[in-house]
Amino acid sequence: MAGAEAAAGSVEAVFREEHGRLLASLVHRFGDLDLAEEVASEAIEAALVRWPVDGVPSRPGAWLLTTARRRAVDRLRRDRGLATRLAVLQAEAERADPAPPADADPDLPDDRLALFFTCAHPALPAQDRGALTLRFLAGLTTAEVARAFLVPHATMAQRLVRAKRKIRDARIPFRVPGADELPGRLPTVLQAVYSIFTEGYAASSGPDLQRTELAEEAIRLARILRRLLPAEREVAGLLGLMLLVHARRVARTGPDGAVVLLDDQDRARWDHAMIDEGRALVLVALTGPAPGPYGVQAAIAALHDEAADVASTDWPQVVALYDVLLTMVPSPVVALNRAAAVAMRDGPDAGLALLDGLADDPRLRGYHLYPATRADLLRRLGRHDEAAAAYRSALALVGTEPERAHLLRRLASVTDDGPDRGCTLPR
Amino acid sequence: MKYMLLFMSPATDGEAGNGCTFEDWIRYDREMKDAGIWVSGHPLQDLTTCTTVQVGPDGERTITDGPFAETREVLGGYDIIDVPNLDVALDWAARSPGATGGASVQVRPVAEVKVEV
Repeated sequence: MAGAEAAAGSVEAVFREEHGRLLASLVHRFGDLDLAEEVASEAIEAALVRWPVDGVPSRPGAWLLTTARRRAVDRLRRDRGLATRLAVLQAEAERADPAPPADADPDLPDDRLALFFTCAHPALPAQDRGALTLRFLAGLTTAEVARAFLVPHATMAQRLVRAKRKIRDARIPFRVPGADELPGRLPTVLQAVYSIFTEGYAASSGPDLQRTELAEEAIRLARILRRLLPAEREVAGLLGLMLLVHARRVARTGPDGAVVLLDDQDRARWDHAMIDEGRALVLVALTGPAPGPYGVQAAIAALHDEAADVASTDWPQVVALYDVLLTMVPSPVVALNRAAAVAMRDGPDAGLALLDGLADDPRLRGYHLYPATRADLLRRLGRHDEAAAAYRSALALVGTEPERAHLLRRLASVTDDGPDRGCTLPR
Repeated sequence: MKYMLLFMSPATDGEAGNGCTFEDWIRYDREMKDAGIWVSGHPLQDLTTCTTVQVGPDGERTITDGPFAETREVLGGYDIIDVPNLDVALDWAARSPGATGGASVQVRPVAEVKVEV
């Protein structure tokens, strides 16, 4: 049993690239996520048996789709109730969307965009949208999705089942929103992909600071979205942002797994090809009227990536971009980041004054980076007792081990009466 | 697919109005009927006319004035519409006079119960 499960897992891995596309085509055709999932898996398993014998077909995707469709039709013949339900679904889908757009390749249409909008539908719980996107568009198994979001397998399985049931029973449609709806609907799709990235970039808890494979899944999904929505500049902004941050992944962790902050990173180890790609996307995202929040965040990331070191970073420009971002996303976390940038431009006193203005914001309560940022500024001002208290507050809230270790080192540097050892972190 | 739109208003002393007028509701009602999606629906009288009935394990009836205490939201009326999917239902809910001014609309799919013949 365990062997069969492992084999099925490797099949999933081999065909991950095809899986989302295949699944989306089947959902479009049959309107039923469960049926699509089952026959997609069957087709992939059939391919693994047949292809080593018959050779890989010239159009593997079309082969998989044809095989899966046949299986679905077989299943519908056997199950009359299901067939009746699907016939009704199909008729109503046509009523809702009478003129489907013409496909460039009618044999192998790309229906993934509709599936993105279903998985990130605002009628689904926000916490499940990233999970559904990973499961159905990135093709991860339920176990892998559970690991990605650090929840037990059974919990994730239950969440996915519940979300699928809502999609089916409330009839959340598989459709790309019209041009008038798109501005309202795209943000949840981008947020779902970004939530996968941030979970990979800064795991909320656990032994590792970052999980690069998860960040790479998010980048892969954003690349698919970029191909499917080439005119949407926020998609370019999101992809650019993730590339510009992910480009620092190697330098972000020390040899012992310790966190290395931006100030201390060896910038020669950044992925410069990835930075170039990200910078080109920033241009796309910011060219034209009314850029969006992902484009602006990508521009901030680009300013960091372009600078030779912290001192030569264009801090006035970083602050100006945070000002713009704050008008789009009036979030205290953005205000916190802006305060840190102001501290770099005008000195720690100025940053500290801004942070004190955020002290009573309930949305920052429980967020370890608020006291941690405050502690760093107090330390730079030589106010060591206050800095130590703030580091202790941050330690009470921090989730990952490497960040905890970093805060402990900083705490030691302000309590040992010795020189500031914060700058002797592993580089 | 049939959906019930439940028009909820915050429970307040006196009138639970959200600023929309009788004419707004008449117009909305006509729009639904013109679109051919309206199945049924009614406005409800206010909570002062409400009576609650419960039947205990022994079959005894308890009849009380009004709804249960701590009612935060009051159901002011409902419509049942027949539309292809949730997006269309949500769109009709958003267009209703009952979605603004602090009021809200709950959108619930109607369960299709199959009766074996």
